[in-house]
Amino acid sequence: MSETVAMAAEAPGRAVLGRFLRHRLAVMSAAVLGVLITLALLAPVIEQLLGIDAEAVDLFARYAAPSSAHPLGTDELGRDVLVRLLYGGQVSLFVGLTATIAAAIIGTTIGLFSGYAGGRFDAFVMRVTDGVIALPVLPLLIVLAAVDLGKLGFSESFLGSENVSLYRIVAIVALVGWTTVARLVRASTLSIKTRPFILAARAQGAGAGRIMFRHILPNLASPIIVATTLSVGNVILLESVLSFLGLGIQPPLPSWGNLLTGAQETIWEAPGLAFYPGVLIFVTVIAFNFVGDGLQDALDPRARDRRAADQH
Amino acid sequence: MSAFLVRRIMHSLIVLFVMSVVIYGLIGLMPGDPVDLMISADPDVTAADAARLRAIYGLDQPLWSRYLNWLSAAAAGDFGYSRLYAQPVWQAILPALSNTLVLLVTSLLLALVIALPAGIFAATRPYSLADYGINLAAFAGISMPPFWLGILLILVFSVILGWLPAGGTAEAAGATGTWERLQFLILPVAALTIAGVGGHTRYMRASMIETLRQEYIRTARAKGLSESRVVLGHALRNAMIPVVTVIALDLGILFSGALITETVFAYPGMGKLIFDAIMGNDYNLALVGLLMATALTLIGNLLADVAYAALDPRISYEELDA
Repeated sequence: MSETVAMAAEAPGRAVLGRFLRHRLAVMSAAVLGVLITLALLAPVIEQLLGIDAEAVDLFARYAAPSSAHPLGTDELGRDVLVRLLYGGQVSLFVGLTATIAAAIIGTTIGLFSGYAGGRFDAFVMRVTDGVIALPVLPLLIVLAAVDLGKLGFSESFLGSENVSLYRIVAIVALVGWTTVARLVRASTLSIKTRPFILAARAQGAGAGRIMFRHILPNLASPIIVATTLSVGNVILLESVLSFLGLGIQPPLPSWGNLLTGAQETIWEAPGLAFYPGVLIFVTVIAFNFVGDGLQDALDPRARDRRAADQH
Repeated sequence: MSAFLVRRIMHSLIVLFVMSVVIYGLIGLMPGDPVDLMISADPDVTAADAARLRAIYGLDQPLWSRYLNWLSAAAAGDFGYSRLYAQPVWQAILPALSNTLVLLVTSLLLALVIALPAGIFAATRPYSLADYGINLAAFAGISMPPFWLGILLILVFSVILGWLPAGGTAEAAGATGTWERLQFLILPVAALTIAGVGGHTRYMRASMIETLRQEYIRTARAKGLSESRVVLGHALRNAMIPVVTVIALDLGILFSGALITETVFAYPGMGKLIFDAIMGNDYNLALVGLLMATALTLIGNLLADVAYAALDPRISYEELDA
């Protein structure tokens, strides 16, 4: 099975890549994302090269203008803006990617089981999904972010760790973000499970689990990849909003969202502080959206053909 | 039709009920409780006093019995007292609700006035330079962090140009004239409009492109109708069906946007009220505010279903029910 899939996937793989490369904005965006991710990962190296400490507070050098020591100046505590932006990028990109992947895994599992089981179970699960989609997401996320984890029985040592706000935000975004993928996977599962090759697999004695994960799931790879890529941007936006409101990533851990928290008060003194993190969020989100758009063209050539037909 | 509506309304009420349980439980998990807040103002309160206070307010009872107490009071129209506003919850919520509706309705209408023509224009010239530009602008709109958009607007129009107030309300600034009142609305409405226009444009464009591919459009063209009659007279009605549905379904997203915009501009609407209530441990207000927001989006969903069937005679309510 895996061999045949690999052989079948190799030939179109080249075509997919070709179609993706034709989407110029998507290619540019992929390059931009590559640069951003590399720079964020290199934050400790850049920190050393500049000879500064990202967490060093210098109250005598608040709101310093850009200089060779601080290429983008300093913030309200005299910390280097550039290095904090890069560390913030690590956090924001990490949250964006892990929360999206977690949501995709939850959504895929729910969609597969729901679509494969069908009947009342499917109807119930879809009603719940519709219910979750109908909710005003942001106010609810704010409540979830305000919940006292101590009352949920998490240990003191876990709550004391610096990264707890990181895990919390990944968890709550995953908790509300699974619906799109779940509906997509469920709809495709419903149609695929009636195809002859599924019947053949069942005749060979394959169990439900094997059919779902070995036979149906590989056929859903394209839509899942596209939907997931397109939602990374949304998740980064959501994280930035929550962190901006003071409910996401908690300082001193920087994220692009919480770097903007104080920016509104300091906007008269240091407009740059309000500018850079927002630009980085904006560029990252738009890049993920373009890459998602390009992947959609590349992986769904039928849409592409229809588009070509439009031009005549 | 009426049977369908009744079923849908029942379904919405069930969701609302489930959400009231969930939200009540979540608020119970927020740090502290009302008695903590009372005794924080008075250092002389002993542990025994605190326990007695908890008993008086029923906070020593299990969560489910507290919920049932709240529910029976709420059913009788008593939603409790807001700590922050020192008013019954309803009196705090009603002005905020009307402020939010002004903001939402104005910016939604403005967004549609821009997005629908832009989407149709782009769809009639697919892959032209104009289409490319509109698409790029729409992508930029949906990728913009909404709170940052607000900050940028403040930076440009309040800090640099000094034309408009950075936030707040006319009442707080003591302004009375119509224009002075309007000034406080311009930036929040602009922020919310820009946040919504990109998505609507993309829906409209995609839907119109799909519609223009239909056979009956070819027929309309073949009988020699002008292109504007083909697009506006024949295609538009069908192309609007998915767009209207999506707009109604997006009410929840619009509300989330309002929360951000209101917080950035200190605009006294429902979003800011909910945010302040959660941050300020105003449990009664947070609960009712969140339920109102949920009800608002459920009404949006209901409208989407009704609009779907009303606009498309091919769809019967019986089918939607199945």
